Amino acid sequence: MAIPWIAGFTFDLIYILRGFAIDFFDEMLGDSNGAQGASFREPFAAYGEWLDNEEPKRILKKSAQAEAFFRTTGITFNVYGEEDADERLIPFDVIPRIISASEWRRLSRGIEQRVRAINAFLHDIYHRQEILRAGRVPFELIANNEAFLPQMVGVNPPGGVYTHIVGTDIVRTGPDEFFVLEDNARTPSGVSYMLENRETMLQMFPELFSRIAVQQVSDYPTNLRRSLAASAPAACAGKPVVAVLTPGIHNSAYFEHSYLADQMGAELVEGHDLRVVDGRIAMRTTQGYTPIDVIYRRVDDEYLDPLNFNPDSMLGVPGIMDVYRSGGITIANAPGTGIADDKAIYSYMPDIVEFYTGEKPILNNVQTWRCSEPDQLQYVLDNLAELVVKEVHGSGGYGMLVGPAASKQEIEDFRAKLLENAANYIAQPTLALSTVPIFTEKGLAPRHVDLRPFVLVSPERIDITPGGLTRVAMTEGSLVVNSSQGGGTKDTWVLEE
Amino acid sequence: MLGKTAGGLFWMFRYLERCENNARLIDAGFRIALTRSATAKSEWKSILTTAGSLADYDDRHDDYSSAEVVDFMLRDPTNPSSVISTMKQARDNARLVRTALTREVWEATNESWMTLKQILAAPVAEQDLPDVLASIRRMSAQVRGATAGTMLRNDVFNFIRLGTFIERADNTARILDVKYYLLLPSIAQVGSAIDVMQWETILRTVSAQRAYRWLNGAEISPSNIAEFLILYSKMPRSLIFCSQKISDNLGYLEQDYGVSLASHEAAKASTQRLRKASIDQIFDQGLHEFIQEFTAQNSRLAAQIEHDYRFLE
Repeated sequence: MAIPWIAGFTFDLIYILRGFAIDFFDEMLGDSNGAQGASFREPFAAYGEWLDNEEPKRILKKSAQAEAFFRTTGITFNVYGEEDADERLIPFDVIPRIISASEWRRLSRGIEQRVRAINAFLHDIYHRQEILRAGRVPFELIANNEAFLPQMVGVNPPGGVYTHIVGTDIVRTGPDEFFVLEDNARTPSGVSYMLENRETMLQMFPELFSRIAVQQVSDYPTNLRRSLAASAPAACAGKPVVAVLTPGIHNSAYFEHSYLADQMGAELVEGHDLRVVDGRIAMRTTQGYTPIDVIYRRVDDEYLDPLNFNPDSMLGVPGIMDVYRSGGITIANAPGTGIADDKAIYSYMPDIVEFYTGEKPILNNVQTWRCSEPDQLQYVLDNLAELVVKEVHGSGGYGMLVGPAASKQEIEDFRAKLLENAANYIAQPTLALSTVPIFTEKGLAPRHVDLRPFVLVSPERIDITPGGLTRVAMTEGSLVVNSSQGGGTKDTWVLEE
Repeated sequence: MLGKTAGGLFWMFRYLERCENNARLIDAGFRIALTRSATAKSEWKSILTTAGSLADYDDRHDDYSSAEVVDFMLRDPTNPSSVISTMKQARDNARLVRTALTREVWEATNESWMTLKQILAAPVAEQDLPDVLASIRRMSAQVRGATAGTMLRNDVFNFIRLGTFIERADNTARILDVKYYLLLPSIAQVGSAIDVMQWETILRTVSAQRAYRWLNGAEISPSNIAEFLILYSKMPRSLIFCSQKISDNLGYLEQDYGVSLASHEAAKASTQRLRKASIDQIFDQGLHEFIQEFTAQNSRLAAQIEHDYRFLE
C-alpha cells in the first residue's frame, strides 16, 4: 500500500479506555484494525485499488485544496459563547465512507419505518393519545415534558405531515449491526455539508466517480422544495411560496440556511421580515407585503412566536401559531415534534414502531437505561465508569459523561449531578463505534464515525437521500463526533446496485 | 425581493465604496506627509475630517503622527470608518444577502475579507503601506468586476448601484467640503508651489490626476478642479455623474415595479439642478454652501430610498 497505516492506534485507544479491550469494526478493512497487508472490505474494493496507486503527496495537496475551497465558499459554522464569535471550518477528510447498495437498502427501509412511526406517534399524541391509553408509553412522560406543546393539541398540520425533514443518527458496531442513536425530528442540520462534501470530492477526484458508480445526492434541494411545496396549506393559491426562516447571520448554522434557500430558490427570512397580514404570514418585500405558504423554519419552537411561547423572543413572528392553527401557513417541521425525539421517549421507540406499524423494528435502538426509574438508576450509578450518560434534553455533545474516558474525579462530579436530578439523564453502553480511516500527514489512521441520513416526508411519499453526513471524531480514540466538539466530516458514498 | 435584502445590498456596496475611498484618502495623506513634513499634521487632520473620523480620533490620540493616523484609519476595529471595519461590514452584509449574489461576487468579497484580515493583522510598516493600499484597491476592483460580469441587470443590481453612488457622491462632496477654501477663485491668483501641490492632492484622493490632465493638459487651476469634480458628467466620481446614476437606477426600478415614488422625484430634481448649474454660478452662490446643501440632499435621498423600498420595518 502506498499510504502507510499508523501502527499503535488500537493500543492507544485501549489505553484511553482504561482496560476495556474493545474490538472496533473498521468499515474499510473489517476487523483487522489497520494491520499491514489487510484487504479491503467489499464496498471499498474499487476505491482501495485506486488508493493503493496514489501518491500520499498528491492526496495531501488535495486536502489542502479542499480546505481552501471550504474557506472561500464560506462553509463555516459559528461557535456559541466564543469570544470573537469567529467562523470556523469543520475539518473535512478526503477519504470517503462507502456503503454498499445492500447495506443501504436495509438501512433506508429501517429509517423509513421509523419515520412513519414517528409521524403516526405525533398525530396520536396531539389527538386521541391511544398509545398512552394502551399503556405502552407512560402518561407522565408526555404530560411533564417541555417538548410537548399543548398549543398543538387537536391541530391538523397541512397534508398531515409533522416531520418534513428528519436526520436519523445511525451508528454501527459490526458488519450487520446498525443502531439508531437519535431521531432528530426537530430541525436537523448538516445537510449542506453532505452536499458540499460531495461537490468538493467531485472537483478534487473526478476520476474516482468515473471508475466507481456512486448514487447522487445533488437532487436533495430540488426534492426538499418539492416536498415542502406538496405540504402547502389549503390557503395557498397557485405556486407555493417557500421561505427559510433563520435566526440570522450569527446563528451557528447560518451558512446552511442561506445555502438551502439559495439552492431551493426560496426566500431567506428572519422574524422581523414577517408579520401577520389578513390572516396569512407575509414577508416585507421592496413592493409591500407578500404572503408565504410554507416556512422551513430553523428556529426552535420556543422562539417561534412571542405571543404563544417565549415572550422575549426576537427571532419569531408574533401570531404565527394562530395563523398556523387556522390553516394559513405550513410550518416545517411542525411545532411540537420535539416530543418524538426527546431522549426520554427514545427508549420507547421500539414499542412506538410496533404500535403504529404492526411490524418489528428493522433498526435497533441502543440499549438505554432511564435514570428516572430507581432500579435502572441504581445500575447506572454502579456502572458509571463504563457508560455514556447524557442529559435528556441536551444536544451537541455538551453535558455528557463518557465513563471509560473520564477520570475518577470527573466520574464523582458527575455522580453528584446525576443524583441531584436523576430524571434528567439517560445512560447507554459505551458503543464500540465503527471506524473509517482518515488521511493524516503520516498515513491512514482509523477514527470513529456516525452517520446522519436525511429524510424528506411529504403527504404522499418518503424520500431518503442515498448517503448522508458522516461525522468523524478527528481526535485519536475520541467517540464524540459533534462539530462543536472538534468533529469533522467525510463524504458518504452509497454504491449503485 | 425582500426589503431587508435590498437594504443589505445597498449597504454592502456603500461599505465597499467607503473602504476603497478610505484607502485613497490614506494614500493622499501619506504622500503629502512624505513630501511636506511641515504641513503633515494639518493634512492628516483634514483627511480625518474628510473621513468623518476626527472626533473619534481625538478621543483616542493626542498627536497626528503618520503612523498613528494610518493605523487608526486602516486597522482600528473601534473606528467604524477604518478600512478593516468597513470591509467587515461589507462582508457581513454580503452574508446577509448571499442568496442574491452570484458565487463569484460572494467569493470575491469573502476572499477580500480573509486577505485583509491577514495583511492587517499587525501594524503596517511605512515601507509596506503602498503595497497594502494597492491590494485594498485591487480587492474592491475584484468585487466590482465580478458584479459587473456576473450579476443580472435587475432590481438587485439597481440597489447595488444606488448604494455605490450615494456613497461615492457623499465622499466626493466631503473632499470638496474640507478643501473648498483651496479652490476659491481668490486663491487662483496666488498659485504658490504649495497650492499646486494641495490641488494635486485633491485629485489624488479621487484617483483622477491623469484624467484631469487629459482634459486640461498640465495647467492646473482651482476652478477647473472644482468644475471637474462637480459638473463634469464623464468623470465617474463627480457629483453630477453620481447623481445621474442614482436617477437612472431609480428610473429602472420605477419601470420594473410600475410605480413612481418620492425618491425618484427627489433624485430627478437634484440631477436637473446640477445639469443647469455652471461653475461660475456655484462660486457666486458660495462653493461651501453649495456643497453643504448637496451633502444634506444626498443623505435625505438615501433615507427616502430606504423608506420607499422598505429596507427596515
